Amino acid sequence: MKRVQFNNRFLPYLFLLPQMAVIVIFFYWPSIQAIQSSFYIEDPFGFGSTFVGLRNYHDALFGGDYLNIAVFTVWFTIVVTVLSLSIGLLLAVKADAILRGASAYKTALIAVYAVAPPAAGLIGSMFFDQHIGPFVKLVSYFGWDMKVGVNYYDTAFAMIFISVWKQIPYNFIFCLSGLQGIPVSVREAATIDCRSGFRRFWTVILPLLSPTAFFLLIINMTYSLFDTFGIVDTVVKDKAANNPVTLVYKIYLDGFRGNDLGGSSAQSVILMIVVFVLTIFQFRFLERRVHYG
Amino acid sequence: MARIEIARVSKIYTGGVRAVSDVDIDIADGEFIVLVGPSGCGKSTLLRMVAGLETISEGSVSIGGRRINDVEPAERDIAMVFQNYALYPHMSVYKNLAYGLKNRGTPKAEIDARVAEAARMLELEPYLERKPRALSGGQRQRVAMGRAIVRKPAAFLFDEPLSNLDAKLRVSMRGEIKQLQKRLGTTSIYVTHDQLEAMTLADRLVVLNGGRIEQIGAPLEVYHRPASTFVASFIGSPAMNLLPATVFNGGILIGDQLSGLSANLPNGHVTLGLRAEDLRLVTQGTGMPFTISFIEDLGAQRLLHGLCGGHPLVVAVSPDLDLPANIRLTIAADRLHFFAVDTGKRIEPGPAPVQPAQNGTETAASEAGMTAGF
Amino acid sequence: MKKVFDHLILLFGVFLMIGPIVVAFITSTHEPTEIYSKGLMITWGDHFYDTYHKVLLESGGFTGKVTGLSELRNSFILGIGFAVGKIVLSMLAAYAIVYFRFRMGVIFFWMIFTTLLLPLEVRILPSYAVMTKLGLVDTYTGLIVPLLASATGTFYFRQFFRSVPEELLEAARIDGAGPLKFFIDILVPLSRNMIAAMFIVMFVYGWNQYLWPMLMTTDESFFTLVRGIKQILLVWVGSQIPDYNQAFALAILAMLPPVLIVVIFQSWFIKGLTESDK
Repeated sequence: MKRVQFNNRFLPYLFLLPQMAVIVIFFYWPSIQAIQSSFYIEDPFGFGSTFVGLRNYHDALFGGDYLNIAVFTVWFTIVVTVLSLSIGLLLAVKADAILRGASAYKTALIAVYAVAPPAAGLIGSMFFDQHIGPFVKLVSYFGWDMKVGVNYYDTAFAMIFISVWKQIPYNFIFCLSGLQGIPVSVREAATIDCRSGFRRFWTVILPLLSPTAFFLLIINMTYSLFDTFGIVDTVVKDKAANNPVTLVYKIYLDGFRGNDLGGSSAQSVILMIVVFVLTIFQFRFLERRVHYG
Repeated sequence: MARIEIARVSKIYTGGVRAVSDVDIDIADGEFIVLVGPSGCGKSTLLRMVAGLETISEGSVSIGGRRINDVEPAERDIAMVFQNYALYPHMSVYKNLAYGLKNRGTPKAEIDARVAEAARMLELEPYLERKPRALSGGQRQRVAMGRAIVRKPAAFLFDEPLSNLDAKLRVSMRGEIKQLQKRLGTTSIYVTHDQLEAMTLADRLVVLNGGRIEQIGAPLEVYHRPASTFVASFIGSPAMNLLPATVFNGGILIGDQLSGLSANLPNGHVTLGLRAEDLRLVTQGTGMPFTISFIEDLGAQRLLHGLCGGHPLVVAVSPDLDLPANIRLTIAADRLHFFAVDTGKRIEPGPAPVQPAQNGTETAASEAGMTAGF
Repeated sequence: MKKVFDHLILLFGVFLMIGPIVVAFITSTHEPTEIYSKGLMITWGDHFYDTYHKVLLESGGFTGKVTGLSELRNSFILGIGFAVGKIVLSMLAAYAIVYFRFRMGVIFFWMIFTTLLLPLEVRILPSYAVMTKLGLVDTYTGLIVPLLASATGTFYFRQFFRSVPEELLEAARIDGAGPLKFFIDILVPLSRNMIAAMFIVMFVYGWNQYLWPMLMTTDESFFTLVRGIKQILLVWVGSQIPDYNQAFALAILAMLPPVLIVVIFQSWFIKGLTESDK
């Protein structure tokens, strides 16, 4: 905080009031409601609700296909994170290395950041469409009879492909700004000390980039968990039956399609805990990052 | 124009750290006071308490007879020049100068007149419409000064205003600040860690150490009669040589060697202070033995670094002096400084009844040394 | 030689990233039957005007109240409303937290930053329940305000305010500026670049919202373009030859404003993004 601050009896409260009002009404109230209703079962005809303890949690975790979906979500998260990060990094390294046309490449590579996930999902699912999708035609030459929306693995493939595509620009932007944040003098010192460009990258550039990479790891994980909702929804098109979905999508399905308030809330709380742990992890890391830089 | 009284002022931070302890300074109207000391000595904190940017934990500060402990900074009738200038980056030079007046509800015509006057004084007229980022370091410094001047305050407060400038500009700005202050006759408090700046600017110096005042006095007084070893080593360049010495029957030993110097002090250990520029080489006769380790040629001066009685010592000599093979040193008796070993405080030797008269010439000094002990 | 290789990789990257969008745009200028029989197009068709005219102006949906234009308008309301709301709320809150010493400061700080822990997607159902209780479904307030309940912007301005040199506040205080004057005369003008950067990032974020508008709007006159994508997909189910061209056109329209803004204000956008997410 500042060395010198204002002392005023009511101004700070006045300034905080709008933000606090929004947070209390639209964050704390619903969050507490979620925790509360996760311990109740709502009467299907709307005649009140019954306290059931941890039953919703038990049902959520062990009933139906929750665990399968959880396993898929984990795989989905790992694959999307690793692929989008490594492709983004590769492109950033190349864009950083060239002099001519760097800004044109940069513009072209970041544009997709602004595309809404469902728009990406829509265009993507056209490329994987049974009738008109060029991708389906392409792989059919290799004997792959791709049926996105019908075959579980084919759908997963399309979902991952589109999610990675959508997330590359983000990784590209951060990797590039991380690379450009490395002092020229350090690079020059490395050029004098080490002849092989590849070795230089592994021993000097990449370690210096590791804070950025670690930060991106966390961001990509939250992206895969939450922001891909629009992609999943457009690829699956409400026919979740045989298709892979993520945990967030299941919360939505159970809550809004299945009208299972208690079950959906229990799932929300479980996910809250996961995100909570992830974020604490991130904060702890952020502190370290300060020392690094 | 006002007198500033700082009476028994202390700054105590939460946790009990005393950044400033019991400081008393009585500043006359129009006086230029420089607070000098190493970083962390409390000089900036003291200035900021006068400005109202830090609360005063104990004691009181009054400006022009008005106690201002609990007065808002804007109402203390002071103006401050910051180390990094603190110009408002989004405002033109004109607006930077006018902002404080505008907030006080000064009429537009009056603002214009005052800004024009300050701009003329500081030769800023061509730049009034520019933003600070389009100015050089020296020009920004002038704008910061101008912002203080237009206010016509009772006091100027300077917080290391020249330390972001390069050496050459610093010297010329130093001169300008001094002239401006004399012309305006505004009471000023100036904080710096640079002893040269302090010496050249101050009417009176306040040397601070560890939050306490070590000495207050005119620059030359502080130079010639430093109140403690701290002041002695801080003021003057090169720093005063401080050697552990022993007084025995009026003679002075450095280490276990006789120095040829004498003083009317009781027997015991003292810290002996010798300014490099006061030491003389003796070509004949005796004096303190000195072996040269290395030589620094500064052009106008030549610094001889060496050992005397096993202790490092610096001697400043004229650059065209031939160095004899076997060097001995001597010094006029009135240029000797003595400090208590435990407190570091200055000790004044008594008059020298037992010693023969000393007239300060080299031969006389060396003879005096001879009679004293060798 | 190495340079050629670098350029090849970058060109492939550009092809991968931009290619699908270009193909989608070109395909949208053809007729659905043609697309159905021939697949995606890479040559310009002659139905550009027809398709976009239809998507923008012809009423569609179940109630016939919705046109592309009305969706475009709603998207702008959501994007701009969200960005402006976010900036105003978070600047005020960050100002209070950084520049004031007050007793509840630390508690408020933690209350605000806890919101970083839980994205809206996790608490979607209870949030919806609260909205119904408050009667905010199918209102712009309900669409925009709950999205503001997160601290990203506050965090961002807090970081920025802390980087503002202390002496500026001190100089302003000596110049007689109180808390309000300092905020309006000094801090807001100083934050101009930050505000612009934040606006771009937040506009894109608001514009691209999907799940929340999907829940909060049942009345089609409140649909946004991104929300409209869901609708066009629903209509597809069961139709013989889907209106591929219209779907593509809608997707292109939905991405055009944010993409343009990101591309045109690239440096601000990157600044906003890399500094707000840290």
